[in-house]
Amino acid sequence: MSVGQSVRRLEGRSKVTGTAEYIHHLRLPGMLHGKIHRSTVAHGRIVRLDTSAALAHPGVQAVVTIDEVLAVAPNPYYGPAFHDQPILAHGKVRYVGEPVAVVLASDPHAAEEAADLVQVEYDPIDPVFDEVAAARPGAPIIHDVLKPAGMFTDLKHLGGRSGTNVALDARVRRGDAAKAFADADHVFEHTFRTGKVIHATFEPMVSVAELQGGDGVTIHTASQSPSFVRAEVSRLLGWAENRVRVRTAHLGGGFGAKLYIKLEALVAVCALLVRRPVRIALSMDEQFYTITKHGATVRIKTGVQSDGRMIAREVETYWNGGAYADIGPRVTQKSGFTAAGPYDIEHVSLDNYAVYTNEPPAGALRGFGISQLVWAYERQADVIARTLGIDPIEFRRRNVLRKGRPHATGTIVSNLEIDAVLDLLEQRMEWRRPFDRGTGTIRRGRGVALGLKACISPTTSVAMVLLYGDGSCALQCGTVDMGQASDTAMAQIVSEVLGIPTASVRLAAPDTNVTPYDMATLGSRSTFHMGNAVKAAAEDVRAQLLRIAAESLDANVSDLECVDAEVVSTRGARMTLREIMLARFAMQAGTIVGVGSYTPAYKKPDLSTGQSPEITPFWMLGGAGAEIAVDTETGRIEVTRLVNVADVGRAINPASVDLQLTGAAIMQLGFTLFEEMVFSDGQVVNASLADYKIPGFLDVPADISAAYVEVPHEHGPYGAKGVGETGVFSPSPAIANALYDALGIVPIDLPLTPERVLRAIREQGGSPLEEA
Amino acid sequence: MAYHHSRRTIGLTLNGRPVTATIDVHDTLVDVLQRDFALFGARESCGQGLCGCCTVIVNGTAVSGCLYLAAFADGAEVDTIEGLAGKDGLHPVQEAFVAHGGFQCGFCTPGFVLMTKELLEQTPKPTDDQIRHYLSGNLCRCASYPEIIKAVKAAAGS
Repeated sequence: MSVGQSVRRLEGRSKVTGTAEYIHHLRLPGMLHGKIHRSTVAHGRIVRLDTSAALAHPGVQAVVTIDEVLAVAPNPYYGPAFHDQPILAHGKVRYVGEPVAVVLASDPHAAEEAADLVQVEYDPIDPVFDEVAAARPGAPIIHDVLKPAGMFTDLKHLGGRSGTNVALDARVRRGDAAKAFADADHVFEHTFRTGKVIHATFEPMVSVAELQGGDGVTIHTASQSPSFVRAEVSRLLGWAENRVRVRTAHLGGGFGAKLYIKLEALVAVCALLVRRPVRIALSMDEQFYTITKHGATVRIKTGVQSDGRMIAREVETYWNGGAYADIGPRVTQKSGFTAAGPYDIEHVSLDNYAVYTNEPPAGALRGFGISQLVWAYERQADVIARTLGIDPIEFRRRNVLRKGRPHATGTIVSNLEIDAVLDLLEQRMEWRRPFDRGTGTIRRGRGVALGLKACISPTTSVAMVLLYGDGSCALQCGTVDMGQASDTAMAQIVSEVLGIPTASVRLAAPDTNVTPYDMATLGSRSTFHMGNAVKAAAEDVRAQLLRIAAESLDANVSDLECVDAEVVSTRGARMTLREIMLARFAMQAGTIVGVGSYTPAYKKPDLSTGQSPEITPFWMLGGAGAEIAVDTETGRIEVTRLVNVADVGRAINPASVDLQLTGAAIMQLGFTLFEEMVFSDGQVVNASLADYKIPGFLDVPADISAAYVEVPHEHGPYGAKGVGETGVFSPSPAIANALYDALGIVPIDLPLTPERVLRAIREQGGSPLEEA
Repeated sequence: MAYHHSRRTIGLTLNGRPVTATIDVHDTLVDVLQRDFALFGARESCGQGLCGCCTVIVNGTAVSGCLYLAAFADGAEVDTIEGLAGKDGLHPVQEAFVAHGGFQCGFCTPGFVLMTKELLEQTPKPTDDQIRHYLSGNLCRCASYPEIIKAVKAAAGS
C-alpha cells in the first residue's frame, strides 16, 4: 500500500509556494517585540543594572529584568536535567551573551536600539573555558550548588553537591580493563578533541506568548518539544499544565536546537507582566549565544592482540557543557555509554564527565554526542589497523558486535546488522579495486568509519486518529515536522492500516490542546516511538470500523478488511467509511477516535557499573566511506566521494531516508572541514554566516550517495528504526582516515581546515609553520 | 537620542498588481512584504544577504530582500514566490521541486525556486556544474542539494 513507497511529501505544495506556516511569521494584534540585552562578560556578578535610559527610549513599553520575572516566577530556574538556568541573569552571569534584560516595544527597531541602552556593571570572576581544566580541583566554580531537575532518578544523588563544575559523572564497567591492558600485545592511547559548532537553523528561534482566557497563556513557538515546554512553563509559573497551551507549526530546521526551554519561559513571563502578546525572535547571530553542540576531549586507550582482536578499552570523555546544563548530562550518559563503539570488547571502562564552563550552553545537536565519540574511536581504529598491518575494513570485521553478544552495558545485542552494513560499505566503496594515491602535491586517500548509537530511553509517545462524519481522517500526534518528513511517514502508517490514500490523512500541527503527549522530536526516536503509537491508534480505529461493518453487513470481523477507503468482506460485501459513520451515528456526523501509545521496555543501568539488561529500544548504525584529494602545498582537502550506509530496519519512505542520510552527511561534512565557533575570552567572534561558513552547493562532493540495509526490527512499526541522525556519525573520521591513508597524519582536531592540515603536514616533514 | 521616523509612500507592481505602501525609509523589502502585504515567502534568516531565504525578484533580477531597501522598490516590478503559481497550478519549477523532494524544512525553498526559474530563463539546459554555480548563493541547512539538482534538471526537461 503506502509503507515502503517514496510517497510525495504532504506539505510539498505549501513549501514551494511560500505559504507553509512557520511561527516566525506569526503576528498578533497589539503584539510587542522583545529584544535581549546580553552579558558582555564571561563570568561575573552583576553589581548594577540600570534600565532607565532604555525605558526612556521612544516607543519602549517595558524593560524586564530578573526583578520583574520573580514576580510571576518566584523560582526562575529551568532546564530538562538541572534547574540551573535563570529566565534572565539572576545576580550573576556565566557566559558572554547570556540574556540579562529584555526591552519590549511595538517597533522591533526601537526595542533593538533601546536594548543597547541597558547599563550593566559587572564584578568579574575568573572564567574557565576548557572542559578538562574546568573539571580539575581549584577551577573557578560556575554554579554554587548542583540542582538536578528530579525528573531523572539517576541524577538525584547529585543534588546539593557543591564546589565542582562536574554536573554528572557517568561510568560503565565491564570485565577488568586494567588487567586486560597488562595482558594485551599492544596498547594504543590517544586524545582526540572536537570544538563547538552550531545548528544554524534557518528559521531562527522564535516564540510568541499571549494571555488566554483570563488565567492561561498560549505559547506559539518553533519548538521540537511542545509537551516539555508546557510542563516546564507550568512548573515555573506554579500552574496546572492545562493552563498552558503550547503550539507549533512547521519548523525551519531544528537539529536539536529547538528543544526544551529556549525563549518560551521568557516570552510567557513577559506577556504576563505587560498583559499583551510578546514576540521574541532571535537573529542568526543570537543563535550562537543560545545553544551549541558539545565540544569534547576524548582520551581513548585500547588493548589489542596481535591477531587484531580488541580486548580492552578505556575511554575518558570530558563534555564541554557550557554555562548551563540543558540536556548535556543526558548526552554525557546516554551517548557516553556507547564509547566502546560497535565492537565486541570484553573489558571496558568508560568515564564521562558533563562539565560546566563559561561558554554558551551546549545541548543536543543531531547525534547527541555520538559523532564526538565516533571521531575518537574510529580514528584510533585505523591507527591500530595500520600498525598491525590489517586492512581497516578487515580489522573492523574481526571486532564488530554480533547479535547475541553483550554490549559494554551488558545488554544483549539484537536487531542490529553490523556485518551487513560493513559489507555494503565495502561494496559501495569498491574497496578491493586498486586505488590511485596520487603523486606530487596532490595526494589521495580513502577511509571508512562505523558509528553506533543507542536510541534514548525511556520515552513515550501518544497519538490519536480521528474519523470524521464524512469519512475523512485526521491524525493528531505531537511529532514536530522540522523537515524530516515525519508528517508524511506518520500518514503513510495510517494509510497502511486503514487502507486510505496517504494524501487524504490530515495532520494537526502539534498543539498541547489538541495533540496528546509526546516526549519530543529528538534523537531519531519519532518513527519508532510515535510510529508505533500512530499504528496502534489507527488499528484502534480499524477495529471499531470492522465491528460496525460486521454488524451492518452481518459478517464476522475476521472476514473483513480495510481496502481502498472501504471495508470489504471476503464475500464481496462492502461499505464506504462514509456509510460506516452513518451506520454508527444514524446521521452523517460523529467522530470515531482511535488512541495509541507506546513506551518501550527499558531497565535503568546500575549507577556504579552502567550495566542494564535493556538499555535501548533500538541500536542505530551508520557507516561512511570517503575518498579525498589533499593539496600538500595548501592543506586543502577535497572530498571526492562520500558514501553513507546505515541499518534502518525498514524504510517507511525510501526517498525520505535517502534525504536524511545524505543531508546529515553534508551537515557533518561542514563540521568536518570548516565549521567552528571561534572564541576569544569566551566571546564568539564569528557569530554570523559571513564568518561561520556552512556547506553550500560547491562544498558537496561530486559523488555522494546513501545506501542502507533493511532487516525489519522486531518492535519497530513495520520494522522501521529511526534514521535522522545516522548520517552524522561517521563522515568526520572517514575523512580523517582518508587523510591518514594519504599522508599518515593522525593528531589533528576538528575541523580539518587547510591551516590545520598544512600545519600537520609541515610538522610531519620537520619544518613546522610558525604560530600566527 | 531623538528617534526620528521618516516615512514615505511608494508605489510598485507586486506580482502583477499595482499597489502602494507607506514605509519607513529604513524598512527592507522583506519588512514591507510581510507587514503590509502578508507575504511571508521571502523571509529573513542570516540577515546578511548570504543565505538566499529572502530572495525577491525586482525588475526581473533576484535581490536579497532582507538588505534591499523598500524605498528602492518605488516604481518597480516586484515578484515574489507567491506570484509564481498560475491559475492552472504550480509553475514547472515548483512541480519539479515537489516531485523530486528538493527541500526538507522548506524555509529556504522559495529562494531556490525563484533562482532556478531565473537560471532556466537564461540557461534552459544547464549542466550540473552550471546549476551548482548559479545556485551557490542560496544555502540549505538541511542540505537537500542532491535532490535540488534533480529537481532543477527535471524542470529543465533534461
